[in-house]
Amino acid sequence: MATFKDFRNNVKPNWCPGCGDFSVQAAIQRASANVGLEPEELAVVSGIGCSGRISGYINSYGFHGIHGRSLPIAQGVKMANKDLTVIASGGDGDGFAIGMGHTIHAIRRNINVTYIVMDNQIYGLTKGQTSPRSSTGFKTKSTPEGSIEQAISPMEMALTAGATFVAQSFSTDLKDLTALIEQGIQHDGFSLINVFSPCVTYNKINTYDWFKANLTKLKDIEGYDSSNREQAMQTLMKHEGLVTGLIYQDTERKSYQEMLHGYSETPLAKADLNLDQAYFDKLVEEFM
Amino acid sequence: MVKQLSWKVGGQQGEGIESTGEIFSIALNRLGYYLYGYRHFSSRIKGGHTNNKIRVSTSQTRSVADDLDVLVAFDQETIDVNYKELHDGGIILADAKFNPVKPEDTNAILLSVPFTQMATDLGTSLMKNMVAVGSTCAVLNLDVEVFKEVVEEIFARKGQAVVDKNMEAIKAGYDTTVEQLGKTEGLMQLDEADGKKRMFMIGNDAIALGALAAGSRFMAAYPITPASEIMEYLIKKLPELGGTVIQTEDEIAAATMAIGANYAGVRAFTASAGPGLSLKMESIGLAGITETPLVIVDTQRGGPSTGLPTKQEQSDLMAMIYGTHGEIPKIVLAPSTVQEAFYDTAEAFNLAEEYQCPVIVLSDLQLSLGKQTVEPLNFNEVEIRRGKLQGDLPEIDSKEYFKRYEVTEDGVSPRVIPGMKYGIHHVTGVEHDQSGKPSESAANRIQQMDKRFRKIENVKFNTPVYKNAPHEEADLLLVGFISTRGAIEEAITRLEADGLKVNHAHIRLIHPFPTDELMPLVASAKKVVVVENNATGQLANIIKMNVGHANKIIKYNKYDGNPFLPHEIHTKCKELF
Repeated sequence: MATFKDFRNNVKPNWCPGCGDFSVQAAIQRASANVGLEPEELAVVSGIGCSGRISGYINSYGFHGIHGRSLPIAQGVKMANKDLTVIASGGDGDGFAIGMGHTIHAIRRNINVTYIVMDNQIYGLTKGQTSPRSSTGFKTKSTPEGSIEQAISPMEMALTAGATFVAQSFSTDLKDLTALIEQGIQHDGFSLINVFSPCVTYNKINTYDWFKANLTKLKDIEGYDSSNREQAMQTLMKHEGLVTGLIYQDTERKSYQEMLHGYSETPLAKADLNLDQAYFDKLVEEFM
Repeated sequence: MVKQLSWKVGGQQGEGIESTGEIFSIALNRLGYYLYGYRHFSSRIKGGHTNNKIRVSTSQTRSVADDLDVLVAFDQETIDVNYKELHDGGIILADAKFNPVKPEDTNAILLSVPFTQMATDLGTSLMKNMVAVGSTCAVLNLDVEVFKEVVEEIFARKGQAVVDKNMEAIKAGYDTTVEQLGKTEGLMQLDEADGKKRMFMIGNDAIALGALAAGSRFMAAYPITPASEIMEYLIKKLPELGGTVIQTEDEIAAATMAIGANYAGVRAFTASAGPGLSLKMESIGLAGITETPLVIVDTQRGGPSTGLPTKQEQSDLMAMIYGTHGEIPKIVLAPSTVQEAFYDTAEAFNLAEEYQCPVIVLSDLQLSLGKQTVEPLNFNEVEIRRGKLQGDLPEIDSKEYFKRYEVTEDGVSPRVIPGMKYGIHHVTGVEHDQSGKPSESAANRIQQMDKRFRKIENVKFNTPVYKNAPHEEADLLLVGFISTRGAIEEAITRLEADGLKVNHAHIRLIHPFPTDELMPLVASAKKVVVVENNATGQLANIIKMNVGHANKIIKYNKYDGNPFLPHEIHTKCKELF
């Protein structure tokens, strides 16, 4: 059986020292081993940006696509081969700016893909511009007077879009993060895990210390019930989204592929491509 | 007795004009006639003039007819807009309801028939279309019984009473018109057809069938005119084969989802029209640099932007050849008949896997939506070839990546799909080395670019140019692509009758351009006319660029949204001599 070391490759990440993404990488590797995967059974699809490089830093099948489109690519992979475990990943710009349309629709479509967002509230790779997660007043190269736009609340948004698995974590909480990724992989449906992953170079506001001072762990809230959508929403609003842990999970609703009419039991990628002559003749007859 | 005639039904959109044409066509198709239907419609659901012009012939036709024999009108606008197409002695069958008026400058015969009134008397005005069909039977001296089978099929689920009522409506229309004519032999009569059963379908049906025959089991698409029929057909059929269609949130998702599925080993594709293709361009580049097979159908319509969404145009050519930033290997096919749309779509999936690159099947509105009689499709001609897709792989060190982008002589690298042991590698839209790891090395860049372009140096495609070239030295070479084929063929028959020597070349492999195939025909012709539905002569320019002979290439462009008619091409060419 594979261990987390089997999910390591010999590529050195080009992230800055201290970047939160290192922990996310380690958590994916550990979670993959913990749920019993072999490296070839995992496909990691990523977007563009610093965090988008992650697909190249895990010893598994990896697809580094185009900006904002990790989710449709990942869903295509999963539709083609439902036996694969598919993780989509990228930054907050990738998922909540250029790729927001896909995020909302992946949530409501509920294909069994785990989406891990490395949320640093800034554009890093383009060297420090505002992101849809930047708080109001946040000064960046593109908002020299401070951002005057409202920041997105991805967890609340996911709940309203009909998410069946919503979780949030902090990159230094390696143990909790690993456990959430395992749960996300095992959840039969779309799972969104937003990870606060500080940018040590361009975000001097939302630092490790800032998160430590402002985050609340859901497991510390007495009576918190992650199957209660209303409570989830209220808790998020009360804490301005700054909570970590499993926020909401719906174990009742079936995944897209479970519900799909006529969908093959064997993965499509292994299906016989040949049509039967009699079936083709029937199709032809329908046009006569 | 005539070998062919042209019939048109028109009215307000949403009035059942399409189904009137459909019933008329299916019945005649079953008698063994060759049908060719072209719809004039607008980008709206209810209201606005619409018509369906149907040509009936005892031999294959692939062009809209020059003129009109019978016009069925449900409103005055239909008469006013279309009467000039009627030749002398043509017939207008008009609903008495709107008190039809015959324009002064026509020798056509107007018969005012109470379509709506008779239908209402039989139970519902909805059946006015059936009355009109019956009325047509009287004029063409067709036995109304030929419609029985079709009416039964269409209305079976509504019960026998509805079937009977509709047949009654057809008979009533027939009887009344016979009475008005004062005779039973009709005004014009078609030669008897051969009685053979043939398919009656639109190009989009053939494209969808081609995808099925090629083993495609997944489609991701976004609704758009004139491509939607492809996804609508496949969502009915794919679940029978374990597959499906996903209607995505946008055009980009459609392309990237298809890329993801192809990467994971399924023959997935997407189909759209110009606006969708514009949105898919970055994705096409991704498929190019990651060497992921990808089939995309572009059913061209009037551009740019939203342009003329329901009209014919062929103006995406350059965008399809060169579109996406940067440079990638790409194959562009352009079927010119419905049969070719079937075979070429199926073949596109083979080429995509063999050359590991995007393959665009270029259609146009006239081919995609023109409903016509199609000679049998030979299923056995469809091969499935998957190129260098690997089976079991030899063991490699677990930390080494599989060389997915190995530099090879033909440029094509071995391909593996996720899930395969010892096949792990990285795929990225960033320039990469042989194992897929990002690389900015100048030497590697050249090596990988050269490798990718080497793939399409020798693309093997069965018939890159359709040729009908009986003359060693021709006065004229006519060149076109996609749906102009029928009109060009008919124009050639007339030009030959005028004494000109005319060759015909229809380009089916647009890119890489089949220069060697076309060169001799261009070289041996005195003049070359390139017929295309766009304003700038994109195909003509491509020919000049690849073949040369710029001084003898004449552009003949039509970009008013309508298909070429045979007489237009005939007239234009005659003027040159």
